[in-house]
Amino acid sequence: MSLPIDSNPSFADYAHPERLVSTDWLAANLSTAGLVVLESNEDILLYNTGHIPGAVKVDWHTELNDEDTRDYVDGAGFAALMAAKGISRDSTVVIYGDKSNWWASYALWVFTLFGHEDVRLLDGGRDKWIAEGRELTREKPVVATTSYPVIERDDSVIRAFMPEVLGHFGKPMIDVRSPEEYSGERTHMPAYPEEGTLRGGHIPSAASVPWAKAAAEDGTFKSRKELEAIYLGEAGLAAGDDIITYCRIGERSSHTWFALQFLLGFENVRNYDGSWTEWGNAVRVPIVKGSEPGAVPAGFGA
Amino acid sequence: MPQALAEIVEDFQSVTEPERLEMLLDFSEELPELPARLAEHPDLLERVVECQTPLFLNIEVEPAGEHKVSLFFSAPPEAPTTRGFASVLHQGLDGLPAAAVLAVPDDMPNLLGLTRALTPLRLRGMTAMLARIKRQVSERVAAAGS
Repeated sequence: MSLPIDSNPSFADYAHPERLVSTDWLAANLSTAGLVVLESNEDILLYNTGHIPGAVKVDWHTELNDEDTRDYVDGAGFAALMAAKGISRDSTVVIYGDKSNWWASYALWVFTLFGHEDVRLLDGGRDKWIAEGRELTREKPVVATTSYPVIERDDSVIRAFMPEVLGHFGKPMIDVRSPEEYSGERTHMPAYPEEGTLRGGHIPSAASVPWAKAAAEDGTFKSRKELEAIYLGEAGLAAGDDIITYCRIGERSSHTWFALQFLLGFENVRNYDGSWTEWGNAVRVPIVKGSEPGAVPAGFGA
Repeated sequence: MPQALAEIVEDFQSVTEPERLEMLLDFSEELPELPARLAEHPDLLERVVECQTPLFLNIEVEPAGEHKVSLFFSAPPEAPTTRGFASVLHQGLDGLPAAAVLAVPDDMPNLLGLTRALTPLRLRGMTAMLARIKRQVSERVAAAGS
């Protein structure tokens, strides 16, 4: 049973306004049957310091990942997780989190791999909810376990693997990491410790658009017009493009994937979750250092 | 490993993973506020570049004797994991002689039993915090001795 979409006028211009809800909408719908609110953060303790009443925590690192395969959970694993979180196949799921919904977007992307139909982001995430002085609680909701069908994960539509990226040369790619990571001056996020990548730089021909460019000061997404100026103007994307986004492990790039796919309406956007931790360490895979995108390397591409 | 820190490590190791996370949260809430003389100097804060936790760290050592170490940290409430680990180090090391702080094994963060729960990047952040403390202690002791 899907909840009505948020008809907030600030979402009207987006290609898929049904993918966002405002803090007002969420506050009004917190106790509506059919809604499950999930908090997905970069900081594992943050939910415990206080969260939106009724929200259930999902931890990307320990719950959506398979520990051994550097992959996401399989259909059975996802079904068990959903059942434990009180989510049914027809639930409306609203995800929010810290750092401008950085990890919330990642969770939403994984939900999309499993084709969960109605999954939305809280525009502005955790910070906006708190900035508006809205209610927080430390009380963990009592979850009524549901049953969720075992759905085979579909990696063919919104996910890219290294061989596909190698075959993508000649088509647009967006590197959403910091300028220092893109140029190869550093192989990790600014002020985060080393991630252990052997080579610094970027995938040849990829445009640099740091992920946070899509977010406004308050963590909400910028308007469609502003997003178009960034991605169609500066980054040179065109309607109908087949696009790959990547970052360090695929989490920041899922934020950009969300903006391209649901806000600007691109229909062929894939997130390369192997990202730089795989590409930067792979044998015989071409890279470019410096701030220029660089040319498509000879012998690659379609 | 100094006794206070060893006891904290032992406490972490003696409980389950969810309890360890709860324990780290308790520690995060016990992190003392900065004294006014430091709090009034935001110029000493490490600045946010893109999206990381601004952590403020300052070390003082007594100029003579055993060079007893005082640790000062500040991190925002939206960074409980960073605060929690800073607080573990504060409770385990504050007031100890410099030699004892310098002797703490570099891999001490891995002994808290959180390697599965925390991402590798987070754990490396903890290791880096400990390394920064030890480096500052060495520098302060060297400066005091000159």
